[in-house]
Amino acid sequence: MSLLSFRDVSVRYGAHTVLKGVSLDVADGQVVGLVGESGSGKSTMARAAVGLAPVTSGRILLDERPVPHRGRVRPVQMVFQDPYSSLDPRMTVGESIAEAMPERLGKQARQAEIARLLALVHLDAARAGDLPVRLSGGQRQRVALARALAARPKVILADEITSALDVSVQGAVLNLVRDMRRELGLSMLFISHNLAVVRYVADHVAVLYAGEIVEYGPTARVLGAPRHDYTRHLLDAVPGAVRRTSSGNGRHAPTSPLKEQT
Amino acid sequence: MRAARVLLRPVGFAGFGLLAIVLLVAVFAPVLWEGRAAATDTGNLLAGPSAEHWIGTDNLGRDLLFRVLVATRLSIALALAATAIGMVLGVVLGAAPMLAGRRVGRFVTSSVNVLVAFPGLLLVLFFAVVFGVGARGAALAVGLAGAPAFARLCHTLLAGVSERDYIAAARIAGVSRLRVLLRHALPNIAEPLIVNATMAAGGVLLTFSGLSFLGLGVQAPSYDWGKLMQDGLNGIYVHPLAALGPGIAVILAGLAFNLTGEAFAAAFGIDVVPGMARVRAVRKAAGEDPERTVAAPDPVAGSILSVDDLRVTIPGARRPIQAVRGVTFAIRDGEAVGVVGESGSGKSVTALAVARLLERPTRVEANHLVFAGEDLMAAGDPRSLRERLGTSMVVVFQDPMTSFNPAHRVGPQLAEVGRFHQGLGRKAAFARAVDRLRAVRLREPERRARQYPFEFSGGMRQRAMIGMGLMGTPRLIIADEPTTALDVTVQRQVLGLLAEVRRDTGAALLLISHDVSVVTEVCDRVLVMYAGLIVEELPARDLRTLARHPYTRALVAAVPDMETDLTRPLAVIPGSPVDPSDVPAGCAFASRCPLADDHCRAAEPPLQADAAGNRVACHKAGRPLPAETAEVTA
Repeated sequence: MSLLSFRDVSVRYGAHTVLKGVSLDVADGQVVGLVGESGSGKSTMARAAVGLAPVTSGRILLDERPVPHRGRVRPVQMVFQDPYSSLDPRMTVGESIAEAMPERLGKQARQAEIARLLALVHLDAARAGDLPVRLSGGQRQRVALARALAARPKVILADEITSALDVSVQGAVLNLVRDMRRELGLSMLFISHNLAVVRYVADHVAVLYAGEIVEYGPTARVLGAPRHDYTRHLLDAVPGAVRRTSSGNGRHAPTSPLKEQT
Repeated sequence: MRAARVLLRPVGFAGFGLLAIVLLVAVFAPVLWEGRAAATDTGNLLAGPSAEHWIGTDNLGRDLLFRVLVATRLSIALALAATAIGMVLGVVLGAAPMLAGRRVGRFVTSSVNVLVAFPGLLLVLFFAVVFGVGARGAALAVGLAGAPAFARLCHTLLAGVSERDYIAAARIAGVSRLRVLLRHALPNIAEPLIVNATMAAGGVLLTFSGLSFLGLGVQAPSYDWGKLMQDGLNGIYVHPLAALGPGIAVILAGLAFNLTGEAFAAAFGIDVVPGMARVRAVRKAAGEDPERTVAAPDPVAGSILSVDDLRVTIPGARRPIQAVRGVTFAIRDGEAVGVVGESGSGKSVTALAVARLLERPTRVEANHLVFAGEDLMAAGDPRSLRERLGTSMVVVFQDPMTSFNPAHRVGPQLAEVGRFHQGLGRKAAFARAVDRLRAVRLREPERRARQYPFEFSGGMRQRAMIGMGLMGTPRLIIADEPTTALDVTVQRQVLGLLAEVRRDTGAALLLISHDVSVVTEVCDRVLVMYAGLIVEELPARDLRTLARHPYTRALVAAVPDMETDLTRPLAVIPGSPVDPSDVPAGCAFASRCPLADDHCRAAEPPLQADAAGNRVACHKAGRPLPAETAEVTA
């Protein structure tokens, strides 16, 4: 059973504390949504887990062992927000995917594995020879997912993977995430500021505010009956929410209960 | 193709031509003329130019022209060797922060910064003394002296590349630092490095000649151009060509390197990042077709903005791109109209065309484009247009970071509007700016007005931008994805502010957004655009339920909201959007439409209005969609 576990993790850059003793578990086969506004530390959590951000205190464990940050075997993988920056423009799709494979394969085995991974993300195997320039944003994001899968990860960290995509493509990528989770039993930390998107893919949700998790629980409960003020505030901000909850209230922005409006 | 483009420019042609000649001479001159260059002619010592010896002879009577030609090889070889030394060392030093941890990296970077501050020639002389006189010592000296500049360049370029996510992804995948450098980082900075190395080679050639000229470089019996110049200097008043000959050779070779470098730079500068250039072209791009002054139908009565048959054509690499292919709509006073569609649907270009922000070479045509009773198409030059538009039309862009000048404080930037358009004095304009910042609910507006844009958060910048619009009394606010770069909570605040401004000023709103939920919440009416055309127009409240165009319905269904059915996959729109430079015949959406038949693919459906004033362009409008055919190829 794989369990990615943040134990009291703090990340500090100089005098600026981004994460303040955050604890969170991503259990086997579970998709945990992580929501919060920009600057709340969402991405830092993911980056700390893969060694891109320095952990000041606390530990990040995978199956009770520290997440390895050296060597070829990397069981925790990350997919980034901007599909235009996450693929090397000079490497073909196949080369990018092959690079993440934990072991060196022969040419044929490698081609077969690339084709298998591309099929997993619903891309044609012929795409392996293309450079990223020839792919659309949605296709690039699929390749980025395939590259993450190539490392045979136990947990995938998805950092705002649909927010740079067109709405028509976003749906397809979300479906893909759900398919992969169903078919591969993938565990995932799904970071997004879009509550509707998180609601659609995640079983559990953690709400991050100013470097601390202020609410955590099953998605339906957290989004359906929020306990923390900030979660309610976040839910109120979802476009269309005002009209549904209180039509008499007009279209006013509710002032933030936690943060002064500057 | 790129090589051809480089060659076809005059600079490229001259550069490569010269370089080819110089290299040919370097390779073949010693083979062909070594003997003649070494042959002494005791009858002609230190002779001037003659038919036999074109630029004279040296103190042993050797022919100087042949010596200059033969010296090409050594001069060029030494220059290239020194450049190579400098470049390799520079790359190693520049890449040090990436390869060897932060501490070592910082040390190397500061050392390089100190070395860059020294004058290059001083370093050359210092190293030349350290390594001793002679060709080898001089090559090392010139190479080492050039290294810091390369290191700095390489470091800066690498710093830019190493922030890209693909570098992070490679590191997460367990690719070693060295491999990341060799496979991902260096190839992506190779172009500017090569350009710089080519240009540096010219400089190195000159430096080397200087060293030899000073007697620190090549020693007899070897000779390069610098040595020949030194030898010729003694007789410069008698036989100037003896010194000028090798000097001209240095100039020609140096020019060859520099022009080649320039040509490379120009060629690489064109489309290192494809796509970006295009977007910028779109943003920058004016001009209208003078022939198109056919009788325009009258603008829709009671409207603040009336657009009839708007067309925008952007020149493309292969053929012109028809970004907007004939769009007709009107906005009533105080009304909020949303435009939705995928990227490339022409929604932003429509907004920019309405605001007359598109410049040449982009072509904007329309039967009329009437704003507040004035046809903007007929308006003369942009400057007078700007003055007359004044502050009645306001544009809010997506990226609040780029909509303010980063070098100026926010307050004066707002005040400028008041001074230019309302003729306010400096003080009065600033006071109004502060007042407007307060109106958009920025706390401590006096302090904020004295801050720079980078001191504002994204949401605050967007508020300040709206505040700038409020310096006058806007009648139409054009907002192009104003909240796309913002968080939901900040988005809520900005949308709330827009609603408030509209209530207070009675301004109309044209809101461009890809987010269906935002548009339905804020707007009265929605225009749905696809491939440069309006395909549907309907009241915003009916968007989710009464949309008749298959594209609109798919667009709505593809976006999850807080009530989406979790048990079913999201609807997806198969295929990819139409390439605006290559729009097919018939309905542009046909290839992605589950209802399309041969008629759809052959005949373009007209945009037809129904009794209620809603419009739709579809042969199959309102037909039920077939059950889920989720083919995923996005």
